[in-house]
Formats: sequence, structure tokens, C-alpha cells
Amino acid sequence: MTELHIKQTDTGLAYMFSGRIDAGGIAGIWDRACNGLAGHAGAALTLDLSGVTYFDMAGAALIVHLERIARDGNQDTVRMTGLDKSAATLVERVSQTDLAVPAPARAGGRIRRMVENQGRGLGEFWQDAKTFISFFGELCWFFFAGLLRPGRIRWKETLRVAEQAGVNALPIVALISFIVGLVMAFQSAIPMKMFGAEIYVANLIGLAMVRELGPLMTAIVLAGRSASAFAAEIGTMKINEEIDALSIMGLEPVRFLILPRVIASTLMTPLLTVFAILVGILGGAVVILSMGHPFSAYYNQVVGFVTWGDFVGGMIKCFVFGVLIAATGCIRGYQTRQGPSAVGEAATRAVVSSIILIAVFDGIFSIIYYVLDVGKIRLYK
Amino acid sequence: MKHLYAGYDGQAIMEDLTFDIGKGEIFVILGGSGCGKSTVLKHMIGLVPPVSGQVLIHGQDMVTARGKARTRLLQQIGVAFQNGALFGSMTLLENIMLPMTAFTDLSDDAAKTLALAKLGLVNLNRNSHRLPGELSGGMRKRAAIARAMALDPEVLFLDEPSAGLDPLTSAELDRLIRDLAQTLGITFVIVTHELESILTIADNTIMLEKETRGIIARGHPKDLKADPENEYAYRFFNRNPGKEMIS
Repeated sequence: MTELHIKQTDTGLAYMFSGRIDAGGIAGIWDRACNGLAGHAGAALTLDLSGVTYFDMAGAALIVHLERIARDGNQDTVRMTGLDKSAATLVERVSQTDLAVPAPARAGGRIRRMVENQGRGLGEFWQDAKTFISFFGELCWFFFAGLLRPGRIRWKETLRVAEQAGVNALPIVALISFIVGLVMAFQSAIPMKMFGAEIYVANLIGLAMVRELGPLMTAIVLAGRSASAFAAEIGTMKINEEIDALSIMGLEPVRFLILPRVIASTLMTPLLTVFAILVGILGGAVVILSMGHPFSAYYNQVVGFVTWGDFVGGMIKCFVFGVLIAATGCIRGYQTRQGPSAVGEAATRAVVSSIILIAVFDGIFSIIYYVLDVGKIRLYK
Repeated sequence: MKHLYAGYDGQAIMEDLTFDIGKGEIFVILGGSGCGKSTVLKHMIGLVPPVSGQVLIHGQDMVTARGKARTRLLQQIGVAFQNGALFGSMTLLENIMLPMTAFTDLSDDAAKTLALAKLGLVNLNRNSHRLPGELSGGMRKRAAIARAMALDPEVLFLDEPSAGLDPLTSAELDRLIRDLAQTLGITFVIVTHELESILTIADNTIMLEKETRGIIARGHPKDLKADPENEYAYRFFNRNPGKEMIS
């Protein structure tokens, strides 16, 4: 049990400690001990430790802290009594330490720091864009070099990545696409039923899945699943200096590590998208069947409405999304810094950047398709 | 340590280890790579249960202790891991304050003052606001020792404290360990195979060997260095890489 008695004497204050003066013990007396010195400027302070049964560095830190507060408050006479030799050594040792937290160096005012931060952010964005472009250029170079000499592409690794990023993603892609198709059909069936046009839900589902939702949902799932995995894998290799080792051995990391991932992702994204479209349309079919329409009517509506132009447009998007996902994941992994949170940060940045790029490119494709009138054939039908 | 069979999943890699460590002693566990030094250390700090045997701290068995008894035992020891194991997202000060605020009712101000005192011991109080990632290897090791000392433990376990350090930094760390042992009376248990460190700081050692699965030598390192009876220990302490290369 730690106790502190504060006594007013003729000359000043006397602090009498008893019991265990360790970290656990001083927790209960710290504030009282420090605050007790307030308003006693010029008075002598006596720290009496004769009743102490255990004393360690925590106690020494308290004694030194009190001594410093006292001296700062013009209590020039600080006396310690009842210290044994080991306690005195501890106090002596701690008294050599500056117990004030050094303030981190900060230049300039708030506005200057804000401007600096904005400038730094802009610089990083510009640097990031440059890295992305030069990296993409390097990737294209190795891709076309690989087309000329296919033996230099690591096909075994490509297949492994294709299995991980593609085949293993089938269940999650199926689940999400089915639910999207189902929910969309339910939501659109309510207003359409009011006009007796619920069979046209098939047209809506078919068109939306083939042109927009199939590619977009698949790409977002892959961004969350594969881009983060690529970033974490390559980031860990970077931290373990495996990428430096590859470079020293004369093996280009882009050809050796990144090209297989980009090829696998570019090939698997369209396949997964076709699968997502079919499952999404199936989700819509469940709703239409539940409304009493035959499956053949649903099928005829979808096939009669969706054109090959829509399908090809969707597939072109997928290829681009596939490249973006893999390249972004790999670049973010490549940019991994040192430290325990670096890989996590790289994976997060990979997902965020991929999704932003997918959204931006989806918008660009929408404008291009609008200008090229990809839906023209159907409109005149 | 009493009749300790060290290993994992019921498979012993060291058998029947029995030794005592005196209060305030710097005790070094030696041995070749992969002989099981770190495994023995993990049993001693209660991180991994041994196959069988006892690890006694003031008569209390670390292996069988549970609940509050185990927490009390853990508060009597501090561990500095090989790579420091400092929390990268916290400053040095926050790293040291963590066990203090977790196990005591100290206010933030009080914990801060105590943490600075610990950092002062290892001469890092000027770097208290820095993140571990901003420090050199030697500074990280010292910071890890400061964190291990946060609750004033009686026994401090250090796993390969000199690994990856240059000779000067390593010597500086050795001086620090000696100084802490003398000033604070802390018992040190150190796993290392740095010859210079062992000869400089150790009061007592045991040497483990993979083949015999046990202790093959024990005593003061200077005695082991001078004793040709034990061939492995003698070779260990009297190795001369220059001569071996020439011959």
C-alpha cells in the first residue's frame, strides 16, 4: 500500500512517503504530490522516504519530477531523507535525464503548413502519374517483346495467377452478379407492372448486365480481391529485398513478376464478366419466372434486345479494366515503402486507385460509346 | 529451470535442462545456430509451453501459472525481441507508455514522465517523439530495452541484442547492459553468440549443443575459454577466423 502524507512545517512542506513506491503505487499519489506544491513558492521541501518498503525507477522518476517542480517554483531548498544507497543511485541516475518531451520541429504557421501540404500532395500526384505512365510504357514494351518471343513469358506463373485471380473468384462474382440481377429485376418490376410491361424487365436486365453492370461489378470485385493481393504480394517481396535480388540477377522485375499478372488478369476479366452477365441474367429470370412468365419469353426478350454491339462494347471495357486492375495493383506493390504498415497501405492504395481508375475509364467509355452510337442498331430495330 | 524438455508439439529438441540464475546476474545462453537457444528463451518467458519441466521465477512456475498469477509473473519480466518488436505506428514515448497505462492507473502525464526516465536510461529521451521506423538498428534495440523495462521488471530477457549491429554499436549496447545491471540490479538473461559480448558482459553462461540435446558447458566465459577439456566450448571461445582461413 502506497501512502503520502503532506505536512506543513515551520520552514515549508514535508512529503512523507510510505509503502511500495513503484509504478502501480505512485499512480494513486502522483497528482496529489504534484499539485500539493502549488502556492508554496519559497518554502523548503523535504522528501522523506524513511517509511518506504520498496523503491524502483518509477519512484525515482516521481522524486526527481517533484524536485524539478519545486525548483521551478522557487523552492530552492529541497532535501531528501531516508534514501538508502540503491534508492539514491536510482534518483541520481534519473536526475541526469531531461524529463520534458521534446517538441517536434515545426516551421512556419498554419497557413504555410497548409500550402506546403497541398503543394506536396500535388507534387506526389504528379509524380504518381509519371510513374504510372512510365511503368505502363515499360509494361507495353515487355508485352510486345513477349509476343515476339513467347518463350520469355512465364506461362506457368501466368496460369497460377489466372487460377488465383480468375477461377477462385468465380463464387464471389457469381453471388454478387446473381444478387444484382435479382434485386434490379425486383425493383424495376414494381413500376413496370403498373403498365403491364413487366416482361420488359428482361430487356432492362439484359442490356444493363451486358453493357454496364457485368463488366463494372466484375471489375470492382477483382479490384478488391486481386489488386490488393498483387500489391501485398509484390510489396512483401519489395520489403524482403527480393525485387532487388531479381534486378541484381539481371531479371527485369516487370517481365518476371508483373507481366504474368497483367496477362492473367487481362485474360480472366472478360471470362469472369461473361460468367457474371449470365448469372446476373439468371437472377433476373428468377423474378420473371416468379411472376408467371415462361423462361422462353424471358430468353427471347433478352436475345432479341441485346445486340452483339452491346456485348463487344462490354468486352472491350473488360480488357481495359483487367489491365488497369493488374497494373495498379502491381505499381502500388512496387511503391511499397519500409515499415510494418507499408504492405497494408500498399494494398489499400491499390484498391482505391483501381476503383477510381475503373470509374474514370467507365465514364470515358460511356462517352465514346455515345459518340460512336453503339446502341444505334437496337434503336432502329 | 528444472528438468525442462524444450521443443514444440511434444517433440523435444533439448532434453533435461536444469540451471539456476542468480539475482542481478548477467546470464548468457550460448550455442550454435539452430540448437534451440531461442526456443529455450520462449519457454522461459512463457510464450510457448515446453514439452515438460518447470520454469521457476521466485518459486512460481511460469509454465503452469494461469490468470492473475501469470499476469503477475509476466510483470516481473521484460523481453526485448531480436528485431525490437516496437509498434511501428507509435512514437517511442507511446511504445514505452503502453505497458504502463495498460497495467497501472498512472495518468498520462505521470506515465509520460516515467517513460522519459526509461528512455533517458538508454539515452533516447531526445528521440521520444520519433517513430521506430525513423531510428537506426542500434537505437531500436535500445528502445526495445527501454520498453522491456517499462514496469521495472526484475528479470530482463534479450534475444540476440547485438545481431545486425556494427562492433562499435554492439560494444555500446554491452556497456549499457552492464550499466543497467549494476545500477538497477536487474537480472539479465541473454541469448547470443557474439563472442565479444559474451566475454565482456557475461557473469555466467550455459552452452547448448544440438547433437547432445543438452547443456555441454556451464560457468564463467573466461573459465570456459581457458578449459581445453570441453572441446566444443574451447573451440567456440578460441576461434580465430584468420588462422583457419590460412590453414
